[in-house]
Amino acid sequence: MSAHAEIHRDDLASKTGMWLFLFTEMLLFGGLFVVYSVYRFRNPVAFHLAAGELSVFIGTLNTVILLTSSATIAMSVTAMQKQNKKLTLLLLGITVLLGIAFLVNKYFEWGGHIREHIYPGSSVLALRGQGDVLFYGLYYFMTGLHALHILIGLVFIGFITVFVVRNKVNPENFVLLENSGLYWHLVDLIWIFLFPLFYLIT
Amino acid sequence: MESLGNEKNHIIPYRTFLYVLAGLIALTLTSVTLTQISLGTLTVAMALLIAAIKSFFVLRIFMHLKFEKRMFSIGVTAVALLISAVIIITLLDYLYR
Repeated sequence: MSAHAEIHRDDLASKTGMWLFLFTEMLLFGGLFVVYSVYRFRNPVAFHLAAGELSVFIGTLNTVILLTSSATIAMSVTAMQKQNKKLTLLLLGITVLLGIAFLVNKYFEWGGHIREHIYPGSSVLALRGQGDVLFYGLYYFMTGLHALHILIGLVFIGFITVFVVRNKVNPENFVLLENSGLYWHLVDLIWIFLFPLFYLIT
Repeated sequence: MESLGNEKNHIIPYRTFLYVLAGLIALTLTSVTLTQISLGTLTVAMALLIAAIKSFFVLRIFMHLKFEKRMFSIGVTAVALLISAVIIITLLDYLYR
């Protein structure tokens, strides 16, 4: 194959693009954290009481699940670098299963609140006052936006898994795997702050 | 194929990731335990400090920042400072209004 038949490739540019996108994601959630801080500052008692109603157990469990999934996708890059395709695929599979487990927990958690008529626009919630409406509004929006990111991350990792199977992502060219990992770690990073703010600081 | 910036990356051993994971889980449990014991206003600071330590490890090790070009770390620091600055300035505004 002659030199100009080579496909142009620039891994550093690829990663730079991914990081720039991650910066915008950080700013998106950063804006929501500003809103959270102000509303918490203005409604300290309501936020304190409402946060006490969330299950610390489910929150902690989901934190451990997400941290573990971050470790497994990070290890899949190592496996790829060591040319171990089977282990790469196994670790990606575990990451996806852990991501699904996170969403299943979220489903039960949200389901529990909704059965108690606590959801945006609910008249039962409205009766509890402005602070509770704001707390649960932010809770549903921020954890919901985060869950949407989990879903997108799962699809992203799903595509990468197929690419690994077809050797389109291989030990010579695995920047896509690294980028999907970066996205997944960002989702983890955001949860690291969401968890204490909604579940722990009561 | 030798071209721009596609050099073989630094390989992080599996063990390193497992150690970091163990540390992150330990910090999570510490944070849960400490916030259950009410420390008053310290609770918020404590929980956020632990979250900051956790994110440091996720960024440095899981996200490879330790082994990447400095510009990525500088970018992350800039974004973190910007968000903190906006939160602090906004809260100061509400505090002294």
